[in-house]
Amino acid sequence: MLLGPALTVSAILFTLGVAGVMLRRNAIVIFMCIELMLNAVNLTFVALAQQLGLDGQVFVFFVMTVAAAEAAVGLAIIIALYRHRDTVNLENINLLRG
Amino acid sequence: MLVLFWVASLAVIASAILCITRRSPVASALWLVSVLFHLSVLYVLLDAQFIAAVQILVYAGAIMVLFLFVIMLLNLGRLGPPDMRGVRGKLITAAAGFILVGELVALRRVALTSGFVLEEGTIARLAEEQGVVQVIARPLFEQYLIPFEIASVMLLAAVVGAVVLAKRKL
Repeated sequence: MLLGPALTVSAILFTLGVAGVMLRRNAIVIFMCIELMLNAVNLTFVALAQQLGLDGQVFVFFVMTVAAAEAAVGLAIIIALYRHRDTVNLENINLLRG
Repeated sequence: MLVLFWVASLAVIASAILCITRRSPVASALWLVSVLFHLSVLYVLLDAQFIAAVQILVYAGAIMVLFLFVIMLLNLGRLGPPDMRGVRGKLITAAAGFILVGELVALRRVALTSGFVLEEGTIARLAEEQGVVQVIARPLFEQYLIPFEIASVMLLAAVVGAVVLAKRKL
C-alpha cells in the first residue's frame, strides 16, 4: 500500500544523489552523494520486498556490506589523493581530462 | 501511519537537498546522517525493522563516523572557496535531474507480474510468527549462504586495500 509513494521518494532521492555528483567538486561530498544513491536503491528494495518476498531485504544487507567496503576504500583513495595534491577539489585533479 | 510516512519522506528529501547544497563538508555529512535516520523510519513503516536497526548501526554509525573522521583528518572542516559548478553546470544538472526523475517515476507504471505478488501483510505476518530477525536470518544463512561468505572475503579485501592505499610507506 505504501509501495507507490516509497518508489516515488526513492526516485527523488536517487535523482538528488545524481544532481549532487554533477553539481559539486569536493570529492568527499561527491562520495556522500553516492551514498545517497545507494540508499535510494535500498529503499526500493525494501519497498518491493513487501510484495515480492524477503529476498529484497536480504539484498539490502549485501548492498550495505558493499557500501561499507566502498566507503573504506574510497576514503583511503581520497586520503592518498590529498597527500599527493593537497586538495580534494576535483577541478585540480584532472590528469585524465582530454 | 500514512502521515508518519509522508513526514519522514519530506524529512528525507529536505535533508538530502540540504546535504547536496551546503558548502561545508561537515554540514553535508551531518545532513546525510539525518537522511539516513529518516530512511530508517521509512524502513520500519515498510515492515523492515531489522534493516532499520542495521541502517542506524552501520550507516549512521560506522560509515558516517568514517566520513567525519576523514574530513577531520584532512582538515576540511573550515570553509574553503565554494565548490559548486557554475550556472551552466547547474542548468545541465537541473535538466538531467528532471529527465531522470521523469524516467524513474514513469518506471512505476510497470506492473508487477501478478504471479509473484504476495498478498498484503504477508511480511508483517511472517515477522509476527517467526520474529523480526529470524525472518531475514533464514534466507540469509540458507539460500544466500555463499554470497554471505563471499561478502566476508570482500570485506577483508577492502580492509587490506584501505590500509595499503592510505598508508604513507609500506
